[in-house]
Order: sequence, then structure tokens, then C-alpha cells
Amino acid sequence: MTRFSLGKYLLPTYVFLTFLFLMIPIGYTFAFSFNDSIKSNIIWRGFTLDNWLNVCDQAGVCGAFGNSLLVAVIATAVSTVLGTMIAIALVRYRFKFRSATNLLLFLPLATPEVVMGAGLAAQFLDFGWTKGLTTVIIAHVMFTLSFVVVTVKARVATLDPALEEAGRDLYASPIQVFWKITFPLLLPGILSAAMLAFALSFDDFIITQFNSGSVDTFPKFVYTAAARGIPPEANVVGSFVFIVAIAIVIAVQVRSAMKKRKLLSK
Amino acid sequence: MAFVAFGSQAPAKEQGPSKTGRVALFLLLPGLFYLALFFITPLVSLIITSLKAPSATGAIGRYDLGLEFGNYAYAVTQYAPQIFRSFSFAVLATVIALAISYPIAYFIAVKSRNRPLLKGILLTLVVAPFFISFLLRTFAWKQIFSNDSLVVNVLKDIGVFGADSYIIGTNFAVVFGLVYNFIPFMTLPIYANLDRLDLSLVEAGSDLYASPSKTFRKITLPLSLPGVISGTLLTFIPISGDYVVASRDFLGGPDTAMIGNVVEANFLRIQDYPTASAISVMLMATIVVFVSAYVRRSGTDDLL
Repeated sequence: MTRFSLGKYLLPTYVFLTFLFLMIPIGYTFAFSFNDSIKSNIIWRGFTLDNWLNVCDQAGVCGAFGNSLLVAVIATAVSTVLGTMIAIALVRYRFKFRSATNLLLFLPLATPEVVMGAGLAAQFLDFGWTKGLTTVIIAHVMFTLSFVVVTVKARVATLDPALEEAGRDLYASPIQVFWKITFPLLLPGILSAAMLAFALSFDDFIITQFNSGSVDTFPKFVYTAAARGIPPEANVVGSFVFIVAIAIVIAVQVRSAMKKRKLLSK
Repeated sequence: MAFVAFGSQAPAKEQGPSKTGRVALFLLLPGLFYLALFFITPLVSLIITSLKAPSATGAIGRYDLGLEFGNYAYAVTQYAPQIFRSFSFAVLATVIALAISYPIAYFIAVKSRNRPLLKGILLTLVVAPFFISFLLRTFAWKQIFSNDSLVVNVLKDIGVFGADSYIIGTNFAVVFGLVYNFIPFMTLPIYANLDRLDLSLVEAGSDLYASPSKTFRKITLPLSLPGVISGTLLTFIPISGDYVVASRDFLGGPDTAMIGNVVEANFLRIQDYPTASAISVMLMATIVVFVSAYVRRSGTDDLL
């Protein structure tokens, strides 16, 4: 029976160790955001809150962070609207060229970023467009769109069409049906799609590097800084984003757990 | 995740007859037009650029329209090692990531099925790396494995490493970094698939006196294959075009450059757009062939 008990503990131990491994660079980045570094942030020189309190003293960090936020907000808004529309059409309507549409939506997911980045950059060159924030936003809407479609589509597929029929039976106009019934029911799907799009856009580097010209986003700032050593302020921004994101995820999970409990108790 | 969603939803059920094609068109057109303009035509631009000839004026970064198929031959001969390395790295890293991720996905989906709290925590931990820039994480590894680091010094002290051994800049470091970055991409689709695994099938196996390992091989593994395929694609494709990990500023060295590094250098640094484009086109073509062959052979034609 020893083999059995070994097997019983083997998997949990393995999982625990792997998670530890996954967390190492995160912990490292977090720890070194408090490093009292002088020029490079490689050797631990002691604890300080300076980097956190005066993040923006490091030239470029806050500007790049602001650009990343701006790009992510706009790109997320556009691609969530466009993607939700497509997702609804895919599930609810019959139309010709369905398989061509599916293929068109699938291809960006199966294309390496460097290809999309170089292709778009080549096109901007051909068009004679100057690269900047606008071209970055255009690129981000493009590569997040399919992710939105996929996420929202999953939610649309779970909707019971009878609910909308009931609305129509009660003489609601198509627009009323959409805003009073369909949209509220789709909202969780739309929100998770938007969160995914935001995360993808915010963290994107490769496509951005090809299409941003002289504009810095946060990942681009980190990449450029890496040649000389990344300043601790970049670790601060990274750690800050991490904390906010984790807090949001936990809040969402707690909320849905509470909802479930409420439903069960009824 | 995307592949999972595409794969899991069998051909979308048409719910009710379509009232008007016009509504569908109104919903579809803006997004599809956007993709046509900023995804499809850029691929065409890439092909056109890959065939351009140096400008007659001789200006750097200027090219004239042409049909220079020689650009492809040049790219292949010039960058054969990088092309070969990219695919070896991508295959190796994908296989290792699969080996590491499968047990994790299995533990979360099957072993934690009746413990929602544990499951929630574990899932949050799997996606946690996504919330901190992968550039920062990769750079953290660079510092952890740098030449004077604790890790390297300990390896030297216990005699595993010679006095002038190093980690950063080696093939090992690059594959390590790639595996690390893509474990969540591999874990999530497999998890999503195993989460829907009907455990009564596994029970049936053991009821019929199959050993645990046989039940796994004959029931669990085949049923989770679509998840494995999604994870493999989600890992292999981005790795084959990645150039951050293999960059000299991160985990790479002079002899670790991958296709992505070549495209980046040619496109953004020396402005040799035709060569960069030719390589990109070949990468894209290879991926398309690879993906369609892979999917067809594994029998998940409903990936779309």
C-alpha cells in the first residue's frame, strides 16, 4: 500500500512545487521594486519605499504606463463592441460565408505576433502613415478582436432564446429586447471579454514594437531599458498592476461564489 | 483559451430562424471589415514587400515594387540556423511545457473538482503570471541566473559547474524561459477540457478492473486530447515567433537568435524590409500548413 500513499502525495507535492516555480519571478520582481538601487537594479542594496513613492522620478516610466493605459482602454472599448456584435451574429443568425467568417476570426489567433506586427508595419509604410499611438491602437483592436468574439460567443450560446421570445410576445421592440434582456444576460461574458482584451493589450509587446514608432508603452519601455538594466521603478509599475489585477480577480470570484450561495439558499 | 472555445462549441446551433439577413450583416460587417483591412491586407502587404527590390536611388530603407523571388532564397540561406533553431526550440519547449502542465491541469480539474475554494485559488495562481509583464518576469530570470548570482555560485561550489560556466546566453536558458512563459497557455486549455471530463467514465474503467494507469491511458488521456491540441498550438505558435526570451538583453546570447530576432533586426534596425517580410511570410505559411495538418490528423476539424 505504500505505492498508493506515495501516489496520493506525489501529485499535490508536484503541483505545489510547480506553482512555487511559477511564482519565483513574480516574487523577485516585487522584492526588487523595494531595492535601494543606485544605478542598476541587479544587486540587493537594502529596503526602501522610495521607488514606490517617487515612481515618476524615473524618466519615461509613468509616461509609458499612461500610454499603455490609454491604448488598452480605447482598444478594449472598440474591440469589445465590434467583437460582441460578431459573436451575437455568429450564434443567432444564419448567413452565407459562415465558414469564411470563422476562418477570418480564427486566423489572427493562429498567427505569430511577429507576423501580424511586421505585416501591419509594412502596410503602414505602404500607406505612408506615421507610426504612433493611433497605429498602436489600430493594431491592438485587430489582435484582441478574435479573443473578444470567442469569449462572448461562449456566453451567447448559453442564452435561452425563449427569454427573448417572451419579451417579443409582450410587444417589446427589438431594441428594447436587446437592451432589457439580451444585453444584461450577456454582460458577464462581455465583461470578461473586455478584461481579457485589456490584459492582452496592456501586456502586448511584439506587435506594439513594430507599430509604435517613437511612442513608448510600458512593455516597450521595459524592453528598451533591459539593455542597460531595468530600473526598480519599472518593477514598481509591474508589481502595482499585478496587485490590482489579482484584487480584481479575487473580487470577481468572491462575488460569483456569493451569488451561487444565494441561489442555493433560495 | 481561444482554441478551446472554438473547439468546444460544436457548429453553433442556429437558435430560431433568422429574421433578417440585414441585421446579421449590420452586426458582422464592421468587425469583419476591420479584420480585412488590418489583418488580411497587411498579410498581402507583407507578401508584396517580400518581393520588393532595393530602390534604384540606392537610398537605405527604400524599396521598389518587384518580383524578387531571390529574396526568399537569400533569407533561407542567410538565416538557416535561426530558422532551424526556432523550430527546434519551439518543439522542445512545447513538449516540456506539456509534460509540466498536464499534471497541474489534471490536479485542478479532476482532483480539486469538489473543492471550489482550492480550485479558485489554483486557477488564480495559474493565470497570475499573466498579470505581470512577461518582459519583467523574463528579466527576473536573467538576474536570478546571472553570472554572479546565488544560483550560479552554488552550482559552482557544489561542483556541478566549472569555474567559467554560465547559464544566461545558452540554449538551455532560452528554452527554459520559453517553457516558463508558456506554462499557463498550456495548462488552461487542458484544464478547460479536463474540467468537462465525465468522471463516471473513469469509474467505469476501474469497475472493469483496469489499473489506474490503464484507465488514464485508455480513457482520460484520449478524452483530453482536444485540450492538449489547443494547448500545444497556443504554445507552439507564439514561441515560434518570439524574440524577447532569445534576445541578448534577456536570456539569449550571440548564438541563440530565433526567427523573431531576425525579423526584428531586419525590419526595425537595418530596415531590410524585403528580407524581414520574406521570413515572416515563410513563418506564416509554415504555421498554416502545420496547424491544418495537425488538426486534421488529430481529428478535431471542429476547431473552427
